[in-house]
Amino acid sequence: MSDTFQLDGAAVPFEPGQTVMQAALAAGHYIPHLCYHPEFKPHGSCKLCTIKVNGRTTASCTMPAEAGLSVESDIEELNALRRTLVQMLFAEGNHFCPSCEKSGNCVLQALGYDLEVHATGFRHLYPDRPIDASHPDILLDFNRCVLCELCVRASSEVDGKNVFALAGRGITKHLIVNSESGLLKDTDIALTDKAMEVCPVGVILKKRVGFSQPIGERRYDQRPISAQALDDAPRQTGTGGSCAACEDPS
Amino acid sequence: MLPDNDPRFDAPARKWMDELISRHGGDASRLLQILIEVQEHFGHIPPAVAIRLSGALDIPYARIENVASFYSFLHLNPQGEYRVLFSDNITDRMLGSETLMEQMCQLLWLQPGKVSEDGLVSIGPTSCTGMCDQGPAMLVNGRAITRLTHQRVQEIAQLIRNRTPLSDWPADFFKVDDDVRRSGLLLDNKLAYGEVLHAALAAGGQNIVDVIKASGLRGRGGAGFPTGQKWEACRNAEGNRHFVVCNADEGEPGTFKDRVLLTRQADLVFEGMTLCALAVGARKGFLYLRGEYRYLLEPLRAVLQRRRDSNLLGESILGKPGFDFDIDIHLGAGAYICGEESALIESLEGKRGVPRNRPPFPVTHGYMMQPTAVDNVETFCQAALAMHMGADKYRAIGTEKSSGSKLISVSGDCAYPGIYEYPFGVTVREILQDCGAVNTRAVQISGPSGICVGENEFNRKLGFEDLPTAGAFMVFDDSRDMFEVARNFVHFFAHESCGFCTPCRVGTSILKQTLDKIADGHGTQYDLAEVENLDRVLQTSSHCGLGRTACNPVLHTLKHFRPAYENKLKSLMFSPAFDLDGSLARARQMTGRDDAGAHLKENE
Repeated sequence: MSDTFQLDGAAVPFEPGQTVMQAALAAGHYIPHLCYHPEFKPHGSCKLCTIKVNGRTTASCTMPAEAGLSVESDIEELNALRRTLVQMLFAEGNHFCPSCEKSGNCVLQALGYDLEVHATGFRHLYPDRPIDASHPDILLDFNRCVLCELCVRASSEVDGKNVFALAGRGITKHLIVNSESGLLKDTDIALTDKAMEVCPVGVILKKRVGFSQPIGERRYDQRPISAQALDDAPRQTGTGGSCAACEDPS
Repeated sequence: MLPDNDPRFDAPARKWMDELISRHGGDASRLLQILIEVQEHFGHIPPAVAIRLSGALDIPYARIENVASFYSFLHLNPQGEYRVLFSDNITDRMLGSETLMEQMCQLLWLQPGKVSEDGLVSIGPTSCTGMCDQGPAMLVNGRAITRLTHQRVQEIAQLIRNRTPLSDWPADFFKVDDDVRRSGLLLDNKLAYGEVLHAALAAGGQNIVDVIKASGLRGRGGAGFPTGQKWEACRNAEGNRHFVVCNADEGEPGTFKDRVLLTRQADLVFEGMTLCALAVGARKGFLYLRGEYRYLLEPLRAVLQRRRDSNLLGESILGKPGFDFDIDIHLGAGAYICGEESALIESLEGKRGVPRNRPPFPVTHGYMMQPTAVDNVETFCQAALAMHMGADKYRAIGTEKSSGSKLISVSGDCAYPGIYEYPFGVTVREILQDCGAVNTRAVQISGPSGICVGENEFNRKLGFEDLPTAGAFMVFDDSRDMFEVARNFVHFFAHESCGFCTPCRVGTSILKQTLDKIADGHGTQYDLAEVENLDRVLQTSSHCGLGRTACNPVLHTLKHFRPAYENKLKSLMFSPAFDLDGSLARARQMTGRDDAGAHLKENE
């Protein structure tokens, strides 16, 4: 019999070494998240998964599970916070859902719908982020980057390549690629790389396959992200396991 | 691979690079230190150097930009031969730094943030350089210059125009005074070099931990963690190697006491570090010196060498076999966040200074994931003193929960800015009297991330029971607009946010935008409510203390000086942030028009 902690009043079992997020998903409890991905080491930058543990706020993806913790997640105070964070991410980049080929399959957009973000909230920053179309098969549209670092982690941890990296500081932080020219075509990226699969938004795109799914059949047309995330999560306890979200829907 | 025709990368430059890389042992964890030397040598980090480094250190090419672009003093593009940075703390502004920067830009024909067309000079602002007692201050190619006046700015502009090498500029420009106004047990100490170590060595490591714990000493960097407890945890932590790190990244605007300690009491700092090494079992220590204090590097290295020569550092210290310890100085390069201990450790490892997830804490998983004791410059000095005096005598000074003395960096509207040492428990009012402050409206305690106290709170006491402080004490008299003070601090946080987490990265920028909107006369009640909402988001969800405290200046000034905000507001509930007339500014500039017809009438 494993130990448990309380999540919104329900007892959640966990294995030693699991985080609150891992244990919650495995037990069928959804906590909104964006930069967390079951296959990579969590780093807790997006803060959407912020929870209250014994009254203190912290990111659930990096918070080690402990017996007896009293965790609050699905409460209006935290959902309001999450709405504001989603609004911030929309204001920070250049997101035009109607013309984006990731629309319907986009985690940021799906979070917006699921959390009921009805307005943009903030004045948009409209950063200048030129796209990189240099590669014959891959397009990079940096306008949509939410700086989750999943591609950075996938390329380095799984592909062993370091194709992607971050540069800049603060609001000027941005994604770069590993080549002297600064162009994707001069990197060693391959279509089969893990880094090609993990972008939650529409930055890393395969060319010539956009808009192939009709509206109504896209990933989050069918079920909201809160339900999809539970389907995708490794349900057996323990960490790791593959993630259905990474399998190309097209 | 290296372009032979690049004038900045000829044979001598290549030889210099080889020597640099071998001096750092081709070690990628030295990347930041290498980049700082490259920046000093070439004036920026040329692509040819980046290529060379990525090969020699066996790191991805993108890592160079990844690291370099995090630090304000490192540049991937050519800058001016003379890189002029005006310290932009509120205290510099109060002394007229903004008009001085304008004057210099006019004299040298350029705009702030741009490089002059002939590549001679670039001018811009930088975060507080720690010279608030003798501002306005600037950095020229990393060298600190103090006490700027219109005349001094004119002289500097002339020296730049004549391309006079920095080494030939008048020595007076670079003079940094200690400005010690009141001293106590720390600044008055007459300890001989090695005296504390001698005594401690006989008693042993556990004894040091016991004495420091019993002395009640708490960290002087702001957080106030009990020092003895930290040393004990580090001592007991399992690891292959233990480390001692001195945090001399004194970046909190308005603080400059570590600058004075490193100038006058360097031996005591190193003595405290060596004491800590003995307590935790470390063989290696680092002093992380903020880039703004680059001028202290050589004098500090000389002190280290003297201590090595006196067998106070190195192997078998004071003849004790097995007691080996040495200290290396690492430079920062313009990143306030590196004052946060886990960000500092990342930076020591040659990476971007992004705060780590905690737990685990540095005492168990610090530098190279090994047990590491990180303490402030002043903490190491106080530890040496507590050890020397004994726990009871030390504890008798100060208050119950805040033992010992504290160095206060006083600046702003007062007759005698400088360093004041007091036992803990001193009131704000006493300090104001001592420093000759009159008609004081407010005091910002412990910098922008600290607390703003108004007149009705001047009887409050400095100490962990009441007003905890890292030492900054900025005084504002009744001629100052506290809204502008808060706005300066908010700009500071937006500039210094590391960008790791969403709330701080985006939130500080939106906060800055909103305060600018209010300053421009477009603010409404809606914006004030928005500021309060942002504050909540930053406080509850930021990754580290920077984001969590970034809204403090606004919260505190709103509490005390709400009219300073409200009298700038429009009477409307809402006004768009988009400035229609402002957006025509560029068209006006291009057409050379500024008449009434080129402006939109504002609809009130």
